[in-house]
Amino acid sequence: MGALTIAPSDDYSAFVRSEPDGSSTIDIAVKGARCANCLAKIEAGVKGISGVTSARLNLSTGKLHVAWRGQAVAPFAVIERLAALGYEATPFEAAASQQAEAHEGRELLRCVAVAGFGTVFVVGLTDAVWYGGGDMSAATRDVFFGVAAAISVPVTLFAARPFFASAWKALAKRQANMDVPIALAMLLSLGLSVYQTAIHAQHTYFDATVMLAFLLLIGRYLDFRLRERARGAAQHLVTLQTALARRLRPNGDMETVAARDLDAGDRIVLASGERVPADGLLESATEADISLVTGESLPVAFASGAVIRAGSIITGPPVVLEASARVEDSLVADLARLLEAGQQTRSVYVRLADRAARAYVPFVTLSSLLVFAGWLASGAPLATALTNAIAVLIITCPCALGLAVPAVQIVATGRLFGRGVFVKSGDALERLAEVDTAVFDKTGTLTFGAPVLENAAELPSGVLDAAAKLARASRHPMARALAGAAGPGPIATGVREVPGAGLEVVAEGRVQRLGNAAWCGAGDTPAPGELWFRDGDRGPVRFLFRDRIRPDARAALDGLAARGLALEMLTGDQAQPAAAVAGQAGIACWRANIGPKEKAARMEALRQQGRRVLMVGDGINDAGALALAHVSLAPGSAADVSQRAADLVLRGDTLTPLVEAIDVARKARRLVLENFAFAALYNLAAIPLAALGLVTPLIAAIAMASSSLVVTLNALRLSWGSRA
Amino acid sequence: MNGMAVIIAAALGIGLVSLAILLWTLQSGQYDDPDGDAERILIDDDGPAP
Repeated sequence: MGALTIAPSDDYSAFVRSEPDGSSTIDIAVKGARCANCLAKIEAGVKGISGVTSARLNLSTGKLHVAWRGQAVAPFAVIERLAALGYEATPFEAAASQQAEAHEGRELLRCVAVAGFGTVFVVGLTDAVWYGGGDMSAATRDVFFGVAAAISVPVTLFAARPFFASAWKALAKRQANMDVPIALAMLLSLGLSVYQTAIHAQHTYFDATVMLAFLLLIGRYLDFRLRERARGAAQHLVTLQTALARRLRPNGDMETVAARDLDAGDRIVLASGERVPADGLLESATEADISLVTGESLPVAFASGAVIRAGSIITGPPVVLEASARVEDSLVADLARLLEAGQQTRSVYVRLADRAARAYVPFVTLSSLLVFAGWLASGAPLATALTNAIAVLIITCPCALGLAVPAVQIVATGRLFGRGVFVKSGDALERLAEVDTAVFDKTGTLTFGAPVLENAAELPSGVLDAAAKLARASRHPMARALAGAAGPGPIATGVREVPGAGLEVVAEGRVQRLGNAAWCGAGDTPAPGELWFRDGDRGPVRFLFRDRIRPDARAALDGLAARGLALEMLTGDQAQPAAAVAGQAGIACWRANIGPKEKAARMEALRQQGRRVLMVGDGINDAGALALAHVSLAPGSAADVSQRAADLVLRGDTLTPLVEAIDVARKARRLVLENFAFAALYNLAAIPLAALGLVTPLIAAIAMASSSLVVTLNALRLSWGSRA
Repeated sequence: MNGMAVIIAAALGIGLVSLAILLWTLQSGQYDDPDGDAERILIDDDGPAP
């Protein structure tokens, strides 16, 4: 980490769980393990610690599970061993929600397996009846149907529980989702088939029922896998960033605690480069990068006793912070309220599939009721009327409709995932397709959010290399930017760092200094964004730094404009740098010097005008706006709270994937609508046939399988497009 | 007819056993870490048994 090394007194007891059998366990996120070698090295290394009973690394998730007995093993020893082996490791808090998700995945897979078994078996039995029906005696047919019933009833009741549960939940809220007709069709066709078997009839729908469950479960499981993958990646980032803080005990000892356990009044040690976990007072002077909090692009000096906000990153000398609020109270209270308000407006959004279901469910129920009444009125027996009404329900069962949306969204999110865009939910994609306005934050979103050397071309020759030798010894952002501009090279030895001033080294009998203007004898007026270098008696040289716009920002924004989006920029930074960035990025409409509340208010105002806004931002000050926007996106470097508030998270340092995300979202929407149109067309043709009693179970099964196939193939067109 | 009964019973038995095996592999967490399992096969465990 920073200048302060982790002391052996550190403890990670906050993450240790006690198991019922008396052992203790901890989950640790390990970075960089990729192959069998790493796996063997890590497991053998950790098992080598005496007292450890088991160590197992999951390569798919990057989590190491360690168990030990007694008090002998401090979790710190495990972390230290991993560090010695060359792997960065952080204790991982296995949240209850994650375990629930793993359970849900296993449960779905179990249902798929059971339904798959049932489908193969039942279709084998009923196909024999359909194709060999002429040669088959009535007694044999009854046996076949009896066996089919004995299998499909338990299989369907077990495997289709996800649909029953979801349908029941919707009905309890007096709503209708797609699972209502699915569950209804399954139960009714199962009941009808059992009845037909009992009265020795020629037709049953066992195969259609089980196949329906199987096909829909596959779609649901794929959907689950994709969501879990995208969310898991985002969660991993969050966990790595926020887990720990080092607290000073009254006697001066240091202990490591989970950041969420910090209390007001706690004294926290912060090294250079560490993020401030809670609002508090500084006990000594330092410098901090507050770009995530306010959007200010250059580091700001803090005096002793000054208030610093959570989310700032210490860039000056190490300090002790006296926390003035708990972590969850540290974000401005207004901000928390804004977040909540945003999530409420968002939950009002109705997914396309549910909108279709709202129109579809009454239509289907009504037509099957009409068929029932029609047959009764024309003098048919009750059994015939009932059979034909249920046939309508089965043939219109939204197999195609139930697959239409997930199939497209799986392919779309899969394609975006490959391009470095994590989509957190399917409806985020639907909302992204609707946007007509894009609002950007400046610092860290359009720009890198870190200073970059600007006047390299004007410097005297050799000065940059000489200054970089010193700069490489420091973690200060401007020193790092200087070292970055000079490229790889040697580090000066014996560098002395004076907090709040600069660096000094004695080389070849000359004193070399790198730091602020006063430190290098260039006057007493400290200016932000500059660094001075003085080599012996030679005159001081000035290095100018400025936050730089991402190289692809212009291209990405032009792409958005070409797609008909209105562009806007909102920043907490000063007007002058804001104007410069807006000019380079090609944004005509921008506002500077505004806080989180004004950003959120702007979102609200745009919504009142009927605009659908895409908000792109990274800072804590953007979180409220991100939550209020129609759809929101955060770069991978964004603050945790912003990543949590955003619907999409970008990986990597470029903005270009954003343009592709909008293209994919729009294309996905078109494909979904096409699939809906296809399903409607198919129903228009099938309902009259079913109503007239012309649909045999074989026709129903073929129709179901073929319509699912068409819908899935249509969805796959989305990934064919990406290869072109 | 008798032969048919035997065949159906046998097929059902084989199917149920395979299903039971699949559910057991699922229950015992064999699909939890596909990447790790692919790599683990390369590790020489010549040392003493754990």
